[in-house]
Amino acid sequence: MTLADRHIPPAPDALFDAEEARRARMKRIEGVAKWLLPVLVLALGVLAWDRVVVWNDIPHYILPGPGLVLQTLVKDWAILFDALLVTLQITLMALAVAVIGGVGLAVLFTQSRWAEMSFYPYAVILQVTPVVSIAPLIFIYVDNRLAGLLLCAWIVAFFPILANTTLGLKSADHNLTDLMRIYRATRWQRLRYLQLPSALPYFLGGLRIAGGLSLIGAVVAEYVAGTGGIGSGLAFRILEAGYRLNIPRMFAALLLIALTGVVIFAGLSFLSHMLLRKWHESALKRET
Amino acid sequence: MTDPRPILPPGQRPLVLEMQGVDKSFNGAVVALRKMNLAVHEGDFISLLGPSGCGKSTALRLISGLMPPTAGRIVWNGAVQAGDLGVVFQEPTLMPWATVAQNVWLPFRLRGQSFASVRDRIAGALALVGLENFHNAYPRELSGGMKMRVSIARALVTNPRLILMDEPFAALDEITRQKLNNDLLALKAKIGCTVIFVTHSVFESVFLSDRVVVMAARPGRVIRELAVPAPYPRDMIFRTSPEYAALCRDASDALVEAIGVAA
Ligand SMILES: Nc1ncnc2c1ncn2[C@@H]1O[C@H](COP(=O)(O)OP(=O)(O)O)[C@@H](O)[C@H]1O
Ligand SMILES: [Mg+2]
Repeated sequence: MTLADRHIPPAPDALFDAEEARRARMKRIEGVAKWLLPVLVLALGVLAWDRVVVWNDIPHYILPGPGLVLQTLVKDWAILFDALLVTLQITLMALAVAVIGGVGLAVLFTQSRWAEMSFYPYAVILQVTPVVSIAPLIFIYVDNRLAGLLLCAWIVAFFPILANTTLGLKSADHNLTDLMRIYRATRWQRLRYLQLPSALPYFLGGLRIAGGLSLIGAVVAEYVAGTGGIGSGLAFRILEAGYRLNIPRMFAALLLIALTGVVIFAGLSFLSHMLLRKWHESALKRET
Repeated sequence: MTDPRPILPPGQRPLVLEMQGVDKSFNGAVVALRKMNLAVHEGDFISLLGPSGCGKSTALRLISGLMPPTAGRIVWNGAVQAGDLGVVFQEPTLMPWATVAQNVWLPFRLRGQSFASVRDRIAGALALVGLENFHNAYPRELSGGMKMRVSIARALVTNPRLILMDEPFAALDEITRQKLNNDLLALKAKIGCTVIFVTHSVFESVFLSDRVVVMAARPGRVIRELAVPAPYPRDMIFRTSPEYAALCRDASDALVEAIGVAA
């Protein structure tokens, strides 16, 4: 027995409980803070914006206050909502085509090494060339305006899906691949029962990026294409409002675009969570 | 489950497969296996025991047809079909997106058989490994030992002529491992399966098998075959018997020799 042994530590149970309680409290606080902090930052930002405009007497054709932007959003709702629908339509169609094209190419590339060797470099080139520089050409050669817009948005959006899905198809478990061979699975069965499910989390990661990119692609394409044939989207409304020095409407349209991007991202994240929640690590709720 | 195969005494068992002077080298340089001969008979429980790198996994991969031997032949008695071979790897190797029952369904699914048509066989296999209440669980909800049981159920659900197990319990804790060893023997007694079991544990190999094949590395080869004549079922009494201790010492000596030769 040494002296140190006489210092009786607090009962281990008590210690454990206190620790647990502290951790649970931290977790609750964090849960609230996750929502509260961004909302607080937003409120402060809007307030600051408003005060700067008011205190400096900034005219609305230079910087409108947040109140005026909201008023404009309500006042111009009919025009802006129509424009939103057009942009949204192109965005979603481009995303759909990006999914089909990206997954299709990924499957082709993993099924045929020759196809991959032949075409992958061009997929990369298409990806690294800024779409703004290709778009004018596209609108020269593609008569149909909708098709042109779609093509632009697709070029921007398909690559993350292609790259991620290709990676996913190739990262199927090696032992499971062996097992498939031992059970004499056909190439098609291996693709369907092993590679595609293995690629799903990768694909969904690519899809979330592509969702944002197809909106960017749609907007950029609209800027380049200007108006014509079909109804005009949000980007065109921004350009038009700019020419007329209708700055509040520019802000209102910008707000709508940003909101659309957030909604698309949230929707795709939710989809991803629903599809993976039963089995994938990324969707697991971990203790501590 | 389908009807169990009766286990005949050694010597009367029909041949399942034979490795005849099998060589395997990689890149023309690494000799993973040299002149391996092994006859597997119905109802055999054979352990391949040896230090790592002695070609145990290579032997299993050759038998499962995942790669061809460099020389020699692997001859099956009769034609082999897709479900004639069951495999258990060191990792459970389950599809995480599929439930336990769907994982066990895989070999049938690949033959185009619907789940409903083999529901009873899947249930039978899961009951054999003690997982009758976990049909709809996902792999991540199971412990390591339970995942391994699913893997075993999948390997035996087709009633294969031969089951290959590559260090299946090596990653498990000692208690789980002993439990699974006992259960594996009980299962073997019930369905009379034929097993080649790879391990680097002397105790495991002697407890489980009726033949221990000791291998050495560089080049990978068989250096000794030990018969374990103790009758099945084997239990704690066998585990603590002098006979078991003596056999373990023999196997251990052979293993020391294998490592000594290699070093
Ligand atoms: N695909 C391969 N390519 C090259 N060498 C290999 C390959 N597979 C196994 N080997 C070599 O063959 C030898 C035996 O390997 P393995 O059969 O895995 O041993 P064990 O399973 O007994 O540990 C080792 O030296 C290993 O490095
Ligand atoms: Mg091995």
